[in-house]
Amino acid sequence: MEKFETHTGVGVPLRRSNVDTDQIIPAVYLKRVTRTGFEDGLFSSWRSDPAFILNQPPYDRGSVLVAGPDFGTGSSREHAVWALQDYGFKAVVSPRFGDIFKGNAGKAGLLTAQVAEPEVEAIWRALEDRPGLEITVDLAARRLSLGADSHAFEIDDYTRHRLLNGLDDISLTLSHQEEIAAFEATRPSFKPTCQPIRTAD
Amino acid sequence: MARTLSQKIWDDHVVRSPAGEPDLLYIDLHLCHEVTSPQAFDGLRLAGRQVRRPDLTLATEDHNTPTLDILAPIADPVSRLQVDTLRRNAAEFGLRLHSLGDKDQGVVHVVSPQLGLTQPGMTIVCGDSHTSTHGAFGALAFGIGTSEVEHVLATQTLPQARPQTMAVTITGQPPQEVTAKDIVLSLIARVGTGGGAGYVAEYRGDTIERLSMESRMTICNMSIEWGARAGLVAPDQTTFDYLQGRPHAPGGEDWEAALAYWSTLRTDPGAVFDREVVIDASQLTPFVTWGTNPGQGVGLNQTVPDPASFADPVERAAAERALVYMDLEPGTPMRQIAVDTVFLGSCTNGRIEDLRLAASVLAGRQVAPGLRLLVVPGSARVRLQAAREGLDRVFQAAGAEWREAGCSMCLGMNPDTLGPGQRSASTSNRNFEGRQGKGSRTHLVSPAVAAATAVVGRLATPSDLSS
Repeated sequence: MEKFETHTGVGVPLRRSNVDTDQIIPAVYLKRVTRTGFEDGLFSSWRSDPAFILNQPPYDRGSVLVAGPDFGTGSSREHAVWALQDYGFKAVVSPRFGDIFKGNAGKAGLLTAQVAEPEVEAIWRALEDRPGLEITVDLAARRLSLGADSHAFEIDDYTRHRLLNGLDDISLTLSHQEEIAAFEATRPSFKPTCQPIRTAD
Repeated sequence: MARTLSQKIWDDHVVRSPAGEPDLLYIDLHLCHEVTSPQAFDGLRLAGRQVRRPDLTLATEDHNTPTLDILAPIADPVSRLQVDTLRRNAAEFGLRLHSLGDKDQGVVHVVSPQLGLTQPGMTIVCGDSHTSTHGAFGALAFGIGTSEVEHVLATQTLPQARPQTMAVTITGQPPQEVTAKDIVLSLIARVGTGGGAGYVAEYRGDTIERLSMESRMTICNMSIEWGARAGLVAPDQTTFDYLQGRPHAPGGEDWEAALAYWSTLRTDPGAVFDREVVIDASQLTPFVTWGTNPGQGVGLNQTVPDPASFADPVERAAAERALVYMDLEPGTPMRQIAVDTVFLGSCTNGRIEDLRLAASVLAGRQVAPGLRLLVVPGSARVRLQAAREGLDRVFQAAGAEWREAGCSMCLGMNPDTLGPGQRSASTSNRNFEGRQGKGSRTHLVSPAVAAATAVVGRLATPSDLSS
């Protein structure tokens, strides 16, 4: 995973709450078996409306999305994170994220910055008053700045550490194989296994 | 120290717990399907890694599959490639896969419990948010993304931050016609779609204790719809009776050892939850959604709410948007809302108990003229069982389409979809914009309401039929 230290890009005010992952990318776009190319599905239903924010220059080249509460609820599809990244987003700001989305974003390198609701409202107004205003996301300092304003954001310590250092979870875990094997040796015999296969007839 | 049920299961699976990092949890069972796994298998191949425990991994085909002509090649080449990719990956990595046409195929969250693979005290994950279903057995079960799927395939573990705990205490005798689905929809309307974020919820109280395993699965299934990381129910005699004799349930001495362990899986007296929600089930009524998230619901005897009645500006704006999308006017009685389609199925309500309930309402009755009723068993075995009981004939005599097992119309990625502007009453779990097809409008309902609605053509309960 690439390191994430700071990013500066155009802020996009998405004045909606409960942006579930079906809105971020509908199921019909999840059929691909590859890891890239999901930008065409991003907000696909909303993007068919010319008035939608991502159809408005300069917001269309945005890379920091600022949304209402409960962003990324619903389906566990990591494709939602990939679609945002494939479009060009590096960070999403919201007062509250769906747990699974937040986890997926942390694994894939998309920053989720949690900011209190009144501050999101202030950021929305600034981005609407000055289209094209850039937001700088400083992960080490946990701060967003835009124009003269600056806001602290929340992200858990461990995700921050992993993003700052571009750490790959699987390699980290595989360095503890002995502990995993030792744990496995203690598992009780009544725990089920899928193989050999047993069926009802 | 007194611990809650979920804390006990957590503690029993910690491989390592380094300061300043999430715990590394061992995963007892990893469920896979075709949609969220291909990129994970690709990742393994790129890194030259193997699946650590193929014997703890179960795969089925469910999301992207047709429910008609299931043995013919899948018509959509992109869907076919995805299903074929799962078949190739299962063969390459030595995984157990139940494909279309196999008696154990079906929605993965229906298949694992019926095989007896879902057991109390386990950690269970799947690249699917409705993994919370398995919590009904007193397992800690939660949905994960594709990066985590790869992590579990490679290591059989997951780094996870310890969640907070919440008690959802449900007491009292629910009125007749109030099902598990009505209980959980009422809960979501109360706490909101983000109300459970960061928590593992334990459903408890005498109402829960009286519920069947299938009803408990319905409630745990929708834990994610109010934002909870997972939801679970302490195992009891109902759980043990359900499990005994299932193909992968422990046998002989193992059964006794398992029972002894399972009996310890309850929240200790004096254990403190971080938060508690209390629901009086005796005050509930059949419950349906009017909006575009599962928290936007009301009693079926109520009306479409006026957005102006919401004090919170965010909720008000969401309600305004939802009513435009749903093409509904405030003040409209819910019973006046006509639907084109009724969908009975999904991992929420596609089990035999759900089909029995719906069939009991439909017996001797006819689907309303012009209305489409799709009955999709949650698994091939549920379908076989229903046929043994003659339910298939009841559905077909009423004018329903009797389909093969799969996720079907729960999500618009297989041939079963709604057209733009079409409206459904659906026993599934999500009423998001476009969830059942672009421009689709969804009202979430119980199987009893689904069946009655199919007869009346408008949202209805079974009691509307006899009056």
